[in-house]
Amino acid sequence: MSMLDVKVASVEQVTPLIKHFTLIKEDGSDFPAFSGGSHIVVSLNIGGRVHRNPYSLMGAPSEPGAYHISVRKQEQSRGGSVFMHEVVDVGTTLQITYPVNLFSLAKLGRKHILIAGGIGITPFMSQIADLKRMGASYELHYAFRSPEHGAFADQLSAECGHQFHAYTDSNGTRIDLVALLSTQPLGTHVYVCGPSTMVAATLDTARHLGWPENHIHSEQFLAPPVGAPFTIELARSKIKVQVPAEMSMLEAIEAAGVDADFLCRGGACGRCELQVLESEGELLHHDHFLTDAEKASCKKIMPCVSRARCDRLVLDI
Amino acid sequence: MTLAFKQETFREDYTYSNSPAAIKRFPFPFPEDQYMYSVNIEPHTAGKPDSICEFALDVDEHYVAECHDKAMTLAIDPARYQALPHMMDAQWDFVELSMESLSRDYPEHFSLHKDGVNWTWENKPLALKESFVFGSKTIAGIDPFEYIGRQVQGDFVLLDHRDETLYADAGIVTSQADWSLAFNVGMSWKEWHGPVPRATELGVMDRALKFLLNLQLGSPVRRLNWTMTVNPRLDTSPETYPQWGSDRNNVNPDNVGDLVHLRVELQALFRLPRSNAIVFSIRCYLIKLDELVTYPRWAKRLHRVQKTMHSDLIEYKGMTKFHPMMVDWLSKFDDGAELAVGTQPE
Repeated sequence: MSMLDVKVASVEQVTPLIKHFTLIKEDGSDFPAFSGGSHIVVSLNIGGRVHRNPYSLMGAPSEPGAYHISVRKQEQSRGGSVFMHEVVDVGTTLQITYPVNLFSLAKLGRKHILIAGGIGITPFMSQIADLKRMGASYELHYAFRSPEHGAFADQLSAECGHQFHAYTDSNGTRIDLVALLSTQPLGTHVYVCGPSTMVAATLDTARHLGWPENHIHSEQFLAPPVGAPFTIELARSKIKVQVPAEMSMLEAIEAAGVDADFLCRGGACGRCELQVLESEGELLHHDHFLTDAEKASCKKIMPCVSRARCDRLVLDI
Repeated sequence: MTLAFKQETFREDYTYSNSPAAIKRFPFPFPEDQYMYSVNIEPHTAGKPDSICEFALDVDEHYVAECHDKAMTLAIDPARYQALPHMMDAQWDFVELSMESLSRDYPEHFSLHKDGVNWTWENKPLALKESFVFGSKTIAGIDPFEYIGRQVQGDFVLLDHRDETLYADAGIVTSQADWSLAFNVGMSWKEWHGPVPRATELGVMDRALKFLLNLQLGSPVRRLNWTMTVNPRLDTSPETYPQWGSDRNNVNPDNVGDLVHLRVELQALFRLPRSNAIVFSIRCYLIKLDELVTYPRWAKRLHRVQKTMHSDLIEYKGMTKFHPMMVDWLSKFDDGAELAVGTQPE
């Protein structure tokens, strides 16, 4: 996989929990352009163990000198976001993937409704730049806990004018999804990024109101969940690998020196899919990629986020 | 390699030919004695110096003549260029990819100067120089994709990525193996691959689509495809079928080696940055059998591949009329000696 060597040029504390990192290429050259909604995967070497976390690219895709990401500190995380907050600083060098877009704008859409919750605002920061450049019709609905947690709210309000709508729990204002989604013109697309309850409510409401499935877009990166340790057998590599409680299967496979495919590492893209050759026990699917039928078949698993409670699990790698 | 561009034609008197160096670098597509349709995709990484995969876009001795032939085809039939309105970002992505690759890889022939969005492009072999604003509506009064598409060998289709599939929503197609851009524009992956025999049953197209939807910026891929063409004709399109279809009737045992050409397509796919579209490039390499058999290894291998070809594929690739004659002609070069796996000439 092609990677880019980058350096942190600046760090800004945006809210009590969110930091904004500006990245530049180590060799000073321009980054590739990207499309609104793209993300990168940042490699973090934490105590000799490589964590790879996906973060949405913010900012205008047309300004190739720097990439911008924002990271929310997750206290219950396995350490990636805490490392970004407490260790990564101006001058830190990192490796990132080229941008990948799993949350692109529908270019044929007549109107675009963007719904963000908390840190879920980040992919919309670049989408808005694209929508404005294309002169597209859009609305941004952004919900956050309280005014001090509304990252970039002032900037977005200034950029988007009356297209911008803010909702704060502390003021008791909430997005009325039914009202919002039942009054849109034909040809409108809806995009949601935020906490899983918000994503689920938006998808349910849109489907219930009869929105076409291909007009409903969501993005949710999952952090690999912590779970009980288990052992896997890699059939082609002819080795057994222990998956510790705090490591994902994909990370354990990589740590064993086996080259595995991946893109988003958040259960969304499908690239790391592995064939399950044999299993005795339960596969704990956590991804958004496999269909329910595929999950039930026990023939495939996404090692980036899924785990197992198995006496035996043989994978085709 | 210092390139001397040849003056030659791909229609009427057909003066096209390959120099010994061009024959040696020909992308022979058959590593084994039996052919089976497969996805055969590999990373489009830099190949050996002077090979057709040394650079992202290959420029060879036929460059100037091919660009002239492309201009002729477009003059006769402007519908060979199509772009749906939502593909403007993808058009500029393609301009960037082409101009950056060509000026970096062939600096003696092409140059690109950038001052922010003000770009100046110079193409010395075609004697063109143009300044334009990157991201505007046109270059030299035409679509940006058409402008640069006329200056690169091969055909290009821009695929929009939406609804978990790819749509052929723009293209410049003048050297195609009997398919029509005007017919296919706007179609989805499954629609335009519908006619490929055996591939659907094998699940090849579903797997290839899944792979391409995950194609990553900075990691292009390639594959080779092939067919046989009578005469070195680039424009074997359905639109001009009356001009070339009957050529198949002219093949006889004495002229097989001169008339029948192996036509190999280097198909490369690049994810594009601004549009998240994919460009599908189809570069056609032609070699007459007389030239190909100058390497005995290739002559033997082609004989075996053609002798065991499935009848569906003979029909699909339009070889029915001359196929037995070609196999018979090739058999003279095959002593039956075992050949190691691989496509190398020697």
